[in-house]
Amino acid sequence: MSILVDTNTRLCVSGITGREGTFHSLRNRDYGTQVVGGVTPGKGGQDVEGIPVFNTFHEAVARTDANTAMIFVPPRFAADSILEAEDAGVSLIIAITEGIPAHDELRAYSVIKKNGRARLIGPNCPGILSPGKANVGIIPAAFFKQGNVGVVSRSGTLTYQIGNVLAQSGFGNSTIVGIGGDPVPGSDFIDIIGMLQDDPETELIVMCGEIGGDNEERAADFIADNVTKPVVAYIAGFTAPPGKTMGHAGAIVSGTRGTAKAKAEALESKGVRVGRTPTEVAEIAVSLLGAAA
Amino acid sequence: MDLLEYQGKQVFARHGVPVPSGRHAQTVDEAASAADDIGYPCVIKAQVQIGGRGKAGGIKVANDHDEARDHAGAILGMDIRGLTVHELWVEAASEIASEYYASVVFDRSAKAPLVMLSTKGGMDIEEVADTDPDAIARLHVDPLLGFQEFHGRRLAFEAGVDADVVRPVGAMLARLYDVFVTEEATLVEVNPLIVTPERDVKALDAKVTLDDNSLFRHPDNAELRDPSAEDPQERMAKERGLTFVKLDGNIGILGNGAGLVMSTLDVVALAGGSPANFLDAGGGSKADAITSAVEVILSNPSVKAVLFNIFGGITRGDEVARGLIEAFKKINPTVPFVVRLDGTNDVEGRQLLAEANLPNVFTESTMDGAAQKVVELAAASA
Repeated sequence: MSILVDTNTRLCVSGITGREGTFHSLRNRDYGTQVVGGVTPGKGGQDVEGIPVFNTFHEAVARTDANTAMIFVPPRFAADSILEAEDAGVSLIIAITEGIPAHDELRAYSVIKKNGRARLIGPNCPGILSPGKANVGIIPAAFFKQGNVGVVSRSGTLTYQIGNVLAQSGFGNSTIVGIGGDPVPGSDFIDIIGMLQDDPETELIVMCGEIGGDNEERAADFIADNVTKPVVAYIAGFTAPPGKTMGHAGAIVSGTRGTAKAKAEALESKGVRVGRTPTEVAEIAVSLLGAAA
Repeated sequence: MDLLEYQGKQVFARHGVPVPSGRHAQTVDEAASAADDIGYPCVIKAQVQIGGRGKAGGIKVANDHDEARDHAGAILGMDIRGLTVHELWVEAASEIASEYYASVVFDRSAKAPLVMLSTKGGMDIEEVADTDPDAIARLHVDPLLGFQEFHGRRLAFEAGVDADVVRPVGAMLARLYDVFVTEEATLVEVNPLIVTPERDVKALDAKVTLDDNSLFRHPDNAELRDPSAEDPQERMAKERGLTFVKLDGNIGILGNGAGLVMSTLDVVALAGGSPANFLDAGGGSKADAITSAVEVILSNPSVKAVLFNIFGGITRGDEVARGLIEAFKKINPTVPFVVRLDGTNDVEGRQLLAEANLPNVFTESTMDGAAQKVVELAAASA
């Protein structure tokens, strides 16, 4: 088992004919993901190394039975593409695009929530990897192998860092989910941690948070009430000054709210172990899981 | 992007939000002439993006021409909590019967716009929220529905505004919501929102934050950006397409990915060091971007040592190494570098660095080891 993406994933890529879109679609296919189609308006009928391109998501879904969309188009077109995929009946939409206008994001999120038929991951995220099964996005899959640690993170490279230390200790991953660094993520820690709790393959959950918002604080309450598996957390941004956006649009301490310290304390108060460095997170995870297999 | 008060008021005026009449001034002569035209008494207000202007002496009432000159002269060039005043806003003095507070904010938690109204205006609203939370009426608006008249009525009644101004206050909230949506703001705040003795409702202040990601749709707003107010090093980084935040330490930091860079700052601080900057070179950085980033980092004379922390996904270790080698050819840095390369093409990258044999460049295999090393080097050369 794993969550969200696996061998049943049938992926359709919006923006497949762009440079990045092509590169990552092919990398995802090379990994074994079923990339069944792509969407680029005006380029329907073409193909990208054998992957058929369609003008609309509706046509792509009708012709390929795509059940997952990956959004790779530039920011000004991204919310529209998300809404098109949702309208076409795609049930999982993974938005990689960074820099989508906040009000566009809010509208797309609100429509998806209201209709209740699709899940949005991201935007501004590295995607989802279920090692050995499917990779949807830009996560460098070579560093990860199949295993029992589920990871959910607001940051891509930080996930690679922690995953790498775990891999060096002999552990692998059930699924790695990047929920993204924007202020209005389509899915929160709570959504993904709930799925990992229900996933039989996952025995331990690692969550990587950062400054800004209250997603980590709400996750702490959720974990206390609903999660029986061990959870190890990392929070980035202890030294971030207030009022400065640290790279991710969502990573900002506003006044006294959204600090790393408050998040770490909220998690620890609910019994979640918090590592001070990525290495320490991996060490705690290893100690909780026992000796490497 | 944060707007200055007068810029916010000009945006308000375009959307029919009532504001006192006023004029912008950058010199004492301009301010005095504006004051003569507006009439006395008028208010001379420092235009800086920071709270507490009044307490700092940055807002003064002038009753005649001479006073207008005196106040403008005193306020221009004044330092308010680290910011120098270069601009003034001169506006007609308003008589105040009541001071309220109104705002529309992007509520990340609820993932919806939040409209707030309180009769406790003119003071720090966070303090009101702490000491008297019931004094603030709050309402989330479904962004697909938009702000309805009943929303305004409900907020006005719940906040307990004077009965005769329920309608105009509700109308004011509707216009502020219109500003929020049309201009793609993440914050629209009026504190105080005043009721005059004639029972007019006006915005006496304006705090507007615009979403940077949407400025391409609002070229007029994009022009309001004031590059002279930005830190020169941050401006240099922005021109080069780098995500950069200046900090006050002495260890230059370069990494890839916002989360990893934030984490690097923390790990350096835990090792006893003090970072000079946040710099995310981004995904897929090529050698020239790395060279360019090194130039930005070293443009800060406080930097005593530099740490590269790269975990390559899209970014390739060999490109990072080539960029650093090129930077050494181009600018011949005198401070030591510690390089930690992992991930895609890390072996190739480390080999390139070994072959180049750059002076004062140390490679480390772990993030923690690299942080230790750079802290030692910075301490030794400080």
